[in-house]
Amino acid sequence: MAKIKVNGEVQELKLPITLSELLILNQVAQPDMVSIQLNGEFVYQEDYATIINDGDEIDFLYFMGGGSK
Amino acid sequence: MDFTEDQITRYSRHILLQDVGVEGQEKIKAGKVLIIGAGGLGAPVAFYLAAAGLGTIGIIDGDVVDLSNLQRQIIHFTADVNKPKVLSAKEKINQLNPDVKVNIYQELFTSENAFDIITDYDFIVDGTDNFPVKFLINDACVLAGKPFSHGGILRFEGQTFTHTPGNACYRCLFNSPPPPNAVPTCSQAGVLGAIAGMLGTIQAAEVLKYFTGVGELLTNRLLSFNAKTMDFRTIRTKRSGRCPVCGEHPTVTTLIDYEQTACDLASHRKDKR
Repeated sequence: MAKIKVNGEVQELKLPITLSELLILNQVAQPDMVSIQLNGEFVYQEDYATIINDGDEIDFLYFMGGGSK
Repeated sequence: MDFTEDQITRYSRHILLQDVGVEGQEKIKAGKVLIIGAGGLGAPVAFYLAAAGLGTIGIIDGDVVDLSNLQRQIIHFTADVNKPKVLSAKEKINQLNPDVKVNIYQELFTSENAFDIITDYDFIVDGTDNFPVKFLINDACVLAGKPFSHGGILRFEGQTFTHTPGNACYRCLFNSPPPPNAVPTCSQAGVLGAIAGMLGTIQAAEVLKYFTGVGELLTNRLLSFNAKTMDFRTIRTKRSGRCPVCGEHPTVTTLIDYEQTACDLASHRKDKR
């Protein structure tokens, strides 16, 4: 089992796994609406087939729109 | 710049701070801030900046106060329902601190007026509730070289970061607006009122840090919190070379008015009534 961090929390999983698969595993409802950072670097959607390595830190950044009305 | 005896007393708790002092208070007095949206975020931002003795506060909002706003937009009172939000906000600011000069713009922030308005201000605060305007604020500030504070709240969560020229912008994090209705706004999904205060006061603190030069701004970091667990988290980010507005090959070189969602327009019309 490999250990990675997703949004600061440790997750144990079996490699190999891609970022696309990680989105599904984490039940991200609208993957198109999320930005991903892999070890502090932005990964663009066309590169979501990137394989995750043991020890990687992944952050999902979500849109948040409220404020005024 | 000289302070009167009353002003020394009024701002004494700032002046006592070693990092602020009279010198810092003078910088706050010289500051000019534009608050875009006199709503859930704009209300606490305006109150704390007014109380702090900020020299000039500009407020832009085209809406009138609606009864459903009062659950969180604490600058508006029950008697203000149906009053233009900018007028209601200006009255409260003046009552709290008559030293503050208040400029009001009773209109929407659009690609037409964006540059003309922000040019008179040192720092911009995003207190809007929709993505088209959030991207417009980002693009206008990046292109004009103005610092701004981004703020977003939804349900029990909030997120914010500060942009200064050369550091990560909203488009570095999020390339372009989500399609209409893909991501709900507060008027669609609800929000715990106090969240607006939590996020807005963080934005106000960033403004005061910016003018006094105290500490480190929330640049190249995205702060998010969830009030259900009261977990706060800061994600380190950085400027993206592929950013469409501040990257190496920018594709956004003029301002864009993205389409508002039908839902937003419907709620907007309701507010106007």
